[in-house]
Formats: sequence, C-alpha cells, structure tokens
Amino acid sequence: MAYDYEKSIRPGKLPHIWCPGCGHGIVMKGLIRAMDTCGLDRKNTAVVSGIGCASRLPGYLDACTLHTAHGRAAAFATGVKMAKPEMNVICCGGDGDGTAIGGNHFIHACRRNIDMTYVLMNNFIYGMTGGQFSPCTPTGAKASTTPYGNPDPIFDISKLAIGAGATFVARTTAAHPREIDKLIVQGIQHKGMAIIEVLDDCPTTYGRRNKFRSVIDMMKYLKASAVPVKAASKMTAEQLEGKFLTGVLFHDTDKPEYCAQYADIIKKAQGA
Amino acid sequence: MAKKVALLQGNEACAQGALYAGCNFFGGYPITPSTEVAEVLSGELPKIGGKFIQMEDEIGAMASIIGASLTGAKALTATSGPGVSLKQELIGYACIAEIPCVIINVMRGGPSTGMPTGPGQSDVMQAKWGTHGDHAAIALVPASCQEIFSETVRAFNLAEKYRMPVQVLYDEIVGHMRERIVFPEPGELEVINREAPTDGPETYKPYDSTKGQVPPLAAFGSGYKFHVTGLNKADDGFPTTKASLVDAEERRQIDKVTDNIADIESYEEYLTEDADVIVWAYGSTSRSARYAVNELRKEGIKAGLFRPITLWPFPEKRTAELAAKAKAIVVAEMNLGQMIYEVERVAKGACVVVGEFRVDGDPLNPGQIMTKVKEVL
Repeated sequence: MAYDYEKSIRPGKLPHIWCPGCGHGIVMKGLIRAMDTCGLDRKNTAVVSGIGCASRLPGYLDACTLHTAHGRAAAFATGVKMAKPEMNVICCGGDGDGTAIGGNHFIHACRRNIDMTYVLMNNFIYGMTGGQFSPCTPTGAKASTTPYGNPDPIFDISKLAIGAGATFVARTTAAHPREIDKLIVQGIQHKGMAIIEVLDDCPTTYGRRNKFRSVIDMMKYLKASAVPVKAASKMTAEQLEGKFLTGVLFHDTDKPEYCAQYADIIKKAQGA
Repeated sequence: MAKKVALLQGNEACAQGALYAGCNFFGGYPITPSTEVAEVLSGELPKIGGKFIQMEDEIGAMASIIGASLTGAKALTATSGPGVSLKQELIGYACIAEIPCVIINVMRGGPSTGMPTGPGQSDVMQAKWGTHGDHAAIALVPASCQEIFSETVRAFNLAEKYRMPVQVLYDEIVGHMRERIVFPEPGELEVINREAPTDGPETYKPYDSTKGQVPPLAAFGSGYKFHVTGLNKADDGFPTTKASLVDAEERRQIDKVTDNIADIESYEEYLTEDADVIVWAYGSTSRSARYAVNELRKEGIKAGLFRPITLWPFPEKRTAELAAKAKAIVVAEMNLGQMIYEVERVAKGACVVVGEFRVDGDPLNPGQIMTKVKEVL
C-alpha cells in the first residue's frame, strides 16, 4: 500500500514550487516519514526555515511552520525551543541559507547543542536566485557568477557541524531516500543538535551548467560519490578522492543539551 | 504599606519595567550603552522561570525574540544604534508577520561605531524608516528613569495590543543616570496581555481581518497549526502575489496604527498655554529644555515646552496646533536635525521653525536653547 503522505500535507498547497527532478521533494517525503515514525504531534512541532527553494518546505507541512528571513532559521528556532522546550523543533533549508548568510547562527546553534534537528539540503548552489555559487559549490564548477569556474574552496558542512559542537551529525543523499528518513529519525530521537546533511540535486541551475545532461546523471553522480563510513574505513585516501562519506558521522551523548542546562540555571536562580 | 523605592540607573529601570510588564524572554547581544538591561535580566528572568539567552549576534538576538514571542512569550531585546542597524531586517519581519516584541535602543552617537559611551538622538528617523518597505512604527522616548520603567511597560502593552514590534529609544544620558524610582504596585499600571483567538484550530486564520484590525495571534504549541512567513501573505498566512490581497494586508498593517493614534500617542506640555516660543524636545534634551524654559520665563520671555513621549506615530495634531498659536518652535535634539523635518512638515509655515542641534558627545545644554530662543524672537 502506498504511504499516506497526504495526512501530513496541508490541503490545497500542492503542487510545490520545485522544478521537475529537484531532490527537495524526496527529502520532504523522508522528513514526513521520519516525523511519523517518531510519532511527533504536529500541533507541537515547529518546522522552521530560512529563504530559498529548500526553505519553502515548511509551507507544505501541516504543523507549526515558520518561514523566516534568509539564513535566520537556526536563530528563530533557538528562540522557539528556549521559550517552549516541550516543542519539537525541526529546521530545514539549503546550503547557501544555512552556511553562508546563516553560517553564524548555524555554528552557534551547533555549539549550544540545543535540541533540534536541522535537515540541510546541500544542492551546491543558490537555486532560487538562478544558480549563483554557494559555499558548497565545488571548486572549478560553473555557476551564473562563476563563468570561468568557481575559485572558492568549499565548506564541508558535516565537518563544520562536528567542529562547531553538534552532537549528532549524519549525511546522505537524495539518491538514498530510505537512508534519509532513517537518519532524520535518529536525529529527532537524539537529545541535542542533530545535523542531517542531504546532498541534493539542482538540475535546473547546477546540473545543466556542469555537464549533467539529465536528472538521472545527477542522481547517478550522488549515488557514485556516496561512500558509507564503514566502507570508507577500508579505503585509501586516493580512493576517497572526490567522494562523500555517508551515514552517521558523529554521535556524542555526553555533552549536555542547552535547554536542560538552562533548566538547571532556573533551579539555581530559584535557590533549589 | 509603603511602596518600594530604589535608586536605579535608567537601564536597570528598563529591566524592572519589563519584569512588571510580564516579560519572560530576553534575547540579546552585548553593546554599550545598553548592556545593563541584559545583565539585570540574566539574573532576574530565571528566578521567575523566564528565559535569558545571549545570542551570537544582534540579528540572532532579534530572531530569538520573534521565535519566542510566537510561542506566546513576552519578549525583549536591548541594544544601541549599531545593533539596531543589524536588527532592521528582522524588525521588518516582525512588522509583516505581526509578531509582538519590544526593542530597547539606548542611543549613542553615530554613524557606525560612533561614540559608544556618549549620548545621541540620531536614531529617531531610523526608528521610523530603518527597515525596508512600507510599515507602521511605534517608538517611545522616555526622559527619566521612572518614565523608562513606565514606558517599557507601555511598550509591551502596545506590542501585544497592536501585534507589532515597539521600540523604546532613550539616549545614553537617561540610560546611565541614576534616579529615585517608586515601584508601582501590581495592578497600578495597566498590563495588557495578548488577545487569544476566538476561533478554534480548525478555522483559525492568523491574519483574518474580519476579526478586527489586529487579528488575534495564536501561540505555537497551543493546539494551533499555522504558517508564518515574511512574504506578502493572505489572511491564512500563506504567501500570495494577488494584488488585492497584498494591498489590503499592507494597508491594514499601517492603518492599525494610524487609526489608533489617540490610544498610542503620549506627550507632556509645560507652560505652552501662553507661549510665544515652544521648545520641542524629547529624552534628556527635554530636561535641558525645561530648565531653559524656566530661566527664560524669569527673564520675561514666554517660552514653553512640548515633550513627545510617543515619537512615532508623530504627534501631528498637537504640534500643528502649537505651530498655529506660537511665533516660533525651536526643535532641540542631539543630532543634526531629524525630527525638525516632521515639525516643519506639520507646521506648514504657520510659525518659524528652527533647530538647536548637538552631536559632539556632550549634552545639549540649557544655555544653547536659551540663546536660540532669544535669536528667533
């Protein structure tokens, strides 16, 4: 029997804005399955985003949804979670939104280890504005603002999150739909900051400029570039060149969660 | 029982006023000369189960209070000019999404880093026009520590009642001076809480203008599922580009303030009844102006003081009436002429309007104002 996504989607809000072949819809379905698996009460779940194609996701979900300003999702979400820690908080957005204009909020939310799950759709490009290079556009790649190839080095988002102090960091791709919800479930169940980086495809503004003739080509590329962490441990640096590690990259259950820390502050202040 | 009395700094009075108003969330970032507001609330909020968070930057602080307010919290941030410049993006967000919150701006000089420990009044136009796009603004300009307390309470009331960001601007002099504060008893000052929706979750629309100019805002986590965005939106909260809907929403959000000026405006007058010259001044400058008016009266010059307490919306009606009665208005402000443009606009040439300005970091003193009044007469 087909999975019932419709109960989680707001009536009348489809079709979505995403181009044919875009991976964001695959991620949204994964998120819906993960929310169901975790039994999240959507009345008590805030889904927070910034600006960009990926940030349009919350509008389709039947939940408390907050489409904020460019890059600010993690900071708004921090306010929601701090003020009402009993709410489930999920952030979603793209690579430019999360790691360029929102980079500061992103790393500090990771540092605090505040209990939320951030699904970051990394499609290597600013899609909504027509394909300008982002901090995740591969060096040398073509974007509308890198006609001679991208001179910038990239951010490795997962490494950035681990370095900044997030306590659950995982990566997969839009070509691995089953792994998407599996990892988001683990992220939601983890008490602390969980970053799920999903390598995604933008056939319209990235693929067509970078010799991916079709959506299938992009999906094949994502599939071929993904190396599960276990398999990677048996591979040489040379073999791993140009590949992405996937699966759970980091998991720490010792670091205190931020709202729990603040609950202790309240106890102290109240002389308990 | 005798009322509680304390010697408080302006910034401390602000924090106490916030607590009186029921503030239970503060998100901030350190900046001179406002930091004491954050320092006091970092100690006091957890005592009442409230939350204090120092964010990674000014924008994050503004984002955190909007997020907190959406869960039903009464949320505050405090900053100074450079911080307000950074917050403009999300002040606009709070305007269009109609999220109540209070922003304290303890004004220093500028532009840019300016003189962090010196006073200024050069953010007054920014308070109206700082964020992009058409929007209404409410800004209050207290002139004493006691008034910082009561105007902070009123700022929360107006934010909750009109569902929008409200700014309280006071210059560094008022922020850092110490005065005797009489704490109002609970109930003595009005405290307005957010109106709860009458519709149930199934039919609730967050921008339903049939519920009035200020439709009730449900809280996240209270059983209501709805969408909030910074895009132009229809009454259900979802983005729209339909011209008639965009136009209606934009106008409602401005009309909710302009149609209620009588409720929002506040000013004080001193010896204006028979005055030939009106000194038009706010904040610490109004204290110099009052002194100047007294001295001028001793010399037989009929001077009076008009002191706006609500700066935005601008006190158009009363300023125009005074312009029609007086020979001249002297606008005294610690900038190089900002509110004077508004005074000129509404005076429409009915009297002479001149300015007395100062931006060197020293207070605008009574002597300057007296000289200007004598010049203009």
